[in-house]
Amino acid sequence: MDVVISGLLLGGAYALVAMGLNLQYGVARIMNLANGELLVLGGLAAFWAFVSFGLSPLLTLVIVAPLAFVGSWAMYRLLLRPLVRRAKSRGQLEVDSILATFGISFFLVGIMVSLRAEYFAYSFLATPVQLLGTTVAANRLVAALIAAAIAGALYLWLNRSRPGMAVRAVAVSPEAAGLVGIDVDRVSAFAFAIGGAVTAIGGCLISTFVTLDASAGVIFTMKALIIVIMGGVGDIRGAIIAALILGLVETAVASIIDPGLTLVAAYAIFLAVLLFRPQGLFGQGSA
Amino acid sequence: MKRRTFAIASAAVALSFAFSGAPQAQESIKFGMVAHLSGPLAGGEAVTHLPNVQLWVEEVNGRGGLMVDGTRRPVEIVQYDDKTNPAEHIKAVQRLADQDDVDFMIAPYGTGFNIAAAPIYARYKYPLVAVTAITDEIHALTAKFPNMFFTLGSTSGFVDGVTNTLKTLRNNGVIGDKVAMVNVADAFGIELSGVAREKFKEAGFDIVYDKSYPLGTPDLSPVMKGAKASSPDAFVAWSYPPDSFALTEQAIIENLDVKAFYTAVATAFPAFSGKFGAAIEGNLGAGGINPNTDAMKAYRKRHQDVTGKAPDYWASATYYAALQILEQAIEGVGKVDRAAVTDYIKNNPFETVIGTVRFDKHNNSERYWSVGQWRNGQFVAVADTGIGDSVAPVAKKGWK
Repeated sequence: MDVVISGLLLGGAYALVAMGLNLQYGVARIMNLANGELLVLGGLAAFWAFVSFGLSPLLTLVIVAPLAFVGSWAMYRLLLRPLVRRAKSRGQLEVDSILATFGISFFLVGIMVSLRAEYFAYSFLATPVQLLGTTVAANRLVAALIAAAIAGALYLWLNRSRPGMAVRAVAVSPEAAGLVGIDVDRVSAFAFAIGGAVTAIGGCLISTFVTLDASAGVIFTMKALIIVIMGGVGDIRGAIIAALILGLVETAVASIIDPGLTLVAAYAIFLAVLLFRPQGLFGQGSA
Repeated sequence: MKRRTFAIASAAVALSFAFSGAPQAQESIKFGMVAHLSGPLAGGEAVTHLPNVQLWVEEVNGRGGLMVDGTRRPVEIVQYDDKTNPAEHIKAVQRLADQDDVDFMIAPYGTGFNIAAAPIYARYKYPLVAVTAITDEIHALTAKFPNMFFTLGSTSGFVDGVTNTLKTLRNNGVIGDKVAMVNVADAFGIELSGVAREKFKEAGFDIVYDKSYPLGTPDLSPVMKGAKASSPDAFVAWSYPPDSFALTEQAIIENLDVKAFYTAVATAFPAFSGKFGAAIEGNLGAGGINPNTDAMKAYRKRHQDVTGKAPDYWASATYYAALQILEQAIEGVGKVDRAAVTDYIKNNPFETVIGTVRFDKHNNSERYWSVGQWRNGQFVAVADTGIGDSVAPVAKKGWK
């Protein structure tokens, strides 16, 4: 039971890391390597608000989300749309967007280093909670619950609303979506911005239990990448399931076998998925 | 690659350009520094190294600079970021030596970097007073690289400090024999846990839990649950900053009730007490200082006043001392002469903020604090080598 609950909580944290990238890559077709930096930026905001004003990260994330939305939207419009426009194929867009966002990630690291080069260490809800006979940290529980809420909301919005359907249509085929009158450009920018907001919220929450620093982003980008590819590009369910699997497996290996083998286990499942289901758990065939 | 010079230094340069008619005597002495401004070690560099360099430049230039060739010359720092990447580091050193023509070098942060870059510093014959480098290879390294000096101790000395602390606590009836030990699966953690495994056993301790975890593990709760299940008397973690924070937080959550709780790097950081407050009273960790000497008190105050932040309770003061050693050696020689300065460092004692430092025939200063304990908001040394001013460790009493 210990393993299941700790694993689900870790999976929840991973879902926070990966859902944003899933939207950005799946819909807007931008392999955003600055995703982790945006997450850390959210963490920095939470740290700064907490230390300077005693503001709860749960309040900070309400402020951070719209800012990250606007920031990501502007980033898409100003920096990435020219790449989308000139790309002749999806492959070219991928290469271009990887290079561009790689550069943006350095830019963001530089900004954060100049704001705060030391660790973002603070304590929030670091209290034990008894849950089904096991002890968990309140901050992890809160993060996992909010992750579940965000995942549920995204799922309902994508599957039950008209704008959500447009987003899914763009994810499946931008060309066909354009033919049926969907403003692909607008929808892409919107999905990219929502992805940014979700990632920044994730950063606020994760900073309550992981000590971040300005350069920590790349670790999260890598994790998000693994989860998105494992889950299947452009399907929010895939990212969530993959995140939970990863959380459960890592916790099970750490508790039952050896904590030293968690990374090995994570990459082993990743390899297995790539070998036997290269389109991802919920992927829709070759894109 | 980004070139950064300190505001003061660049102001000095700007001035020297503005008055280019002035005699060349005012030309600055250039110190190269390859820092981890980004990447995994940037957080530690920003706490322990960068503020001390800023403080030192301010202090030295405040009195007109270094006395060389009968005149005072200001110091200037030429700094590059290596992104915590050894290959970038070596390229940056080369650039500093060949293109920027720096006169001296300031030691980098981290054992791996000091060792990986030792050959390149040696090739240009820069005296390198290493601080944040802890290894058992000191004799072999200094035999190969006679320009290199060590100040913060060896792996064995470091582990001896922890072993002796645990022994004292056991002799006082505070703890029993059972030790839970974890380490980060990285050169630092693997080397220390390897030495500790032997020394703890020799001292009659029983290691009841012994696991490693990968660097950057996001959830250490399985590790802490496992350690707790082994019901240890003492907990020892050879950990890096993010995991020192995470393990301590998990210990609070799991209420790991041990009378001795040790985490390695970052326990001495001001941010550690900033995050945990009174909960870490009695926590043990790497480092510690004697906060009561006049030199240390004055240093800590100046550090706070000039940089706006408190120094850490471990390598900060020693790093400042290393800069003082370089400074005194250059002034002692009275010339910008690397070989002579290296010789001077070998053969002379230095008055520093951590007391009198002198190097043995292996270029090693066997004079360091190794274990600290949080007591009323200060991280006080409870074990040392060659200093003899540490206090006795006491029991940790819960997490409240």
